[in-house]
Amino acid sequence: MSVASTTAREVTASVVATGRSRDRTPRSLIFLALLWFSLFFGVMVLVALIVDTAIQGAGRFDAALITDYSSRVRPETTGFRAGIIGSLWLMAFTALMAVPLGIAAALYLEEFADKDRWYNRLIELNLQNLAAVPSIIYGLLAVAVMALIGFQQTGIVLGGAIALALLILPVIIITTREAVRSVPQDIRQGSLALGATVWQTTWRQTLPSAVPGIATGTILGLSRAIGEAAPLIVVGLAGSLLFSPTGVLSPITALPMQIYSLTSQSQAELREAASAAIIVLLVMILGLNALAIFIRNKFQRSW
Amino acid sequence: MATTPATFSTRPKDPQEDLMTSVAGEDQGTLPELPPEPVMEANKLNVFYGDFHAVHDVDLRFGKNEITALIGPSGCGKSTVLRCLNRMNDLVAGARVEGEVTYHGKNIYDRGVDPIAVRTHIGMVFQKPNPFPKSIFDNIAYGPRVTGMKVDSMDDLVEQALRGAALWDEVKDKLKQSAYGLSGGQQQRLCIARTIATRPDVILMDEPCSALDPIATSRIEDLMMELRSDYTIIIVTHNMQQAARVSDRTAFFTAKADETTGNRTGLLVEFDRTKTLFSNPSDRRTEDYISGRFG
Repeated sequence: MSVASTTAREVTASVVATGRSRDRTPRSLIFLALLWFSLFFGVMVLVALIVDTAIQGAGRFDAALITDYSSRVRPETTGFRAGIIGSLWLMAFTALMAVPLGIAAALYLEEFADKDRWYNRLIELNLQNLAAVPSIIYGLLAVAVMALIGFQQTGIVLGGAIALALLILPVIIITTREAVRSVPQDIRQGSLALGATVWQTTWRQTLPSAVPGIATGTILGLSRAIGEAAPLIVVGLAGSLLFSPTGVLSPITALPMQIYSLTSQSQAELREAASAAIIVLLVMILGLNALAIFIRNKFQRSW
Repeated sequence: MATTPATFSTRPKDPQEDLMTSVAGEDQGTLPELPPEPVMEANKLNVFYGDFHAVHDVDLRFGKNEITALIGPSGCGKSTVLRCLNRMNDLVAGARVEGEVTYHGKNIYDRGVDPIAVRTHIGMVFQKPNPFPKSIFDNIAYGPRVTGMKVDSMDDLVEQALRGAALWDEVKDKLKQSAYGLSGGQQQRLCIARTIATRPDVILMDEPCSALDPIATSRIEDLMMELRSDYTIIIVTHNMQQAARVSDRTAFFTAKADETTGNRTGLLVEFDRTKTLFSNPSDRRTEDYISGRFG
């Protein structure tokens, strides 16, 4: 017995301990190096960009950058107050329009739509395409919508918010559908078996359980919208303003718009300020993404 | 063996039967051969999923304050039949029902019958405990709230329902806590409490103990025996001992494969008093299944 097991152990040892690993052959190592290089390249370009921007804007990380309005006369204290407040206004109205619409559309598609009907399949197909449409197209669409509902003014809060709401609507619909789909069928069946209607089941069971997922998706959508300039250019937002908005019909600017208009300026101080504002915008986006991750982790439910 | 399913109406009288039932026990001895006042009946019930014929010509009668067990191998259509009894099968895409399911004589598949109203009379408990992600109290109160029941005191109703499901003593101090904090067996009793809170007439149970340990299972079985005096219970189980322990009547289903397509269609083989079916089945397929030669 002991002889047999010793032999077996020795045989095994000689097979395992060959003194080399096939994970260390030149071919494997080259492949591994290639993977590392790809990763390194991607990350380094991003880091280089951020560091370069931060260095360029280093002289302007002061209070005036966020508290003052823009000034061409005194470029060394030009600020982005109008852009930052404008972006926050836009986010609020974008969310106000896109979130209820997006949730309602997602609930219809997941809980009520008969998936065999051709028009529901058409909506599904278009929804997936919409998410990939270039953002400038949404600007044009927003101009059309504004004309349709009878607003002649360009560059106002309403127009910008409509453009951004249209832009993030597909994102919100898609993430809401995923959140709703992840609520177990058991819960719906339990509710329906008690004599609840589909509407009651959706409103009282499915939707509350899906709220963390919906919130995460909404915030990620908003963090995409806050960095967009293209659709806002199309709806005619100003590159700089000396006042903050007072209502949905007031003229408005946004942080990306202000940055865009300053980067083409000849005065070095203005370009420096633009670099600093890019970092401010990045911080806002990172903040939103961090909030989304926080919500997702805090309210994550294991069924 | 004939391929047409034997049913309560066509099954030949077995001369040995009277002897067997008297041997089997008093409670079964006094049980009439057929439920005298059926609460529910299935008449020539056929179920299709798209082109697939899932259940063929099922005839059943469910007696008042009786426990009826539906048993049989996997894929024999017993759960499908159960889900037809409160129109939960409506929720399956492509499901189609032919024949009749009557509740106090009224076909619940008639036009103009609201499936939501049907489900308030015929409650259901599922295989896996599925409490709502809410407090224990809100789990019970949910049904009465959504169905708009006139309730004098929700506190009393919740207590009544929890007592009815033998859960009150275990949870009375933590009604505001999440139902997810309960054990699997407690969760299943909560689901039963939730069902009886809407005061149904019939309770359908789809393998209610299959996710539970033996102790939790025996508590649910005890509970079913208690509930029998107030409710008509229909239970699907893959556990034959459980069917033998708790039920008054048992229906045995099997699946028959179509020779050309290979699709398996479920049929009712035998429906009888539980003691008779387990001690002296009249169909060979039943005997093979019960004695472990098949399935």
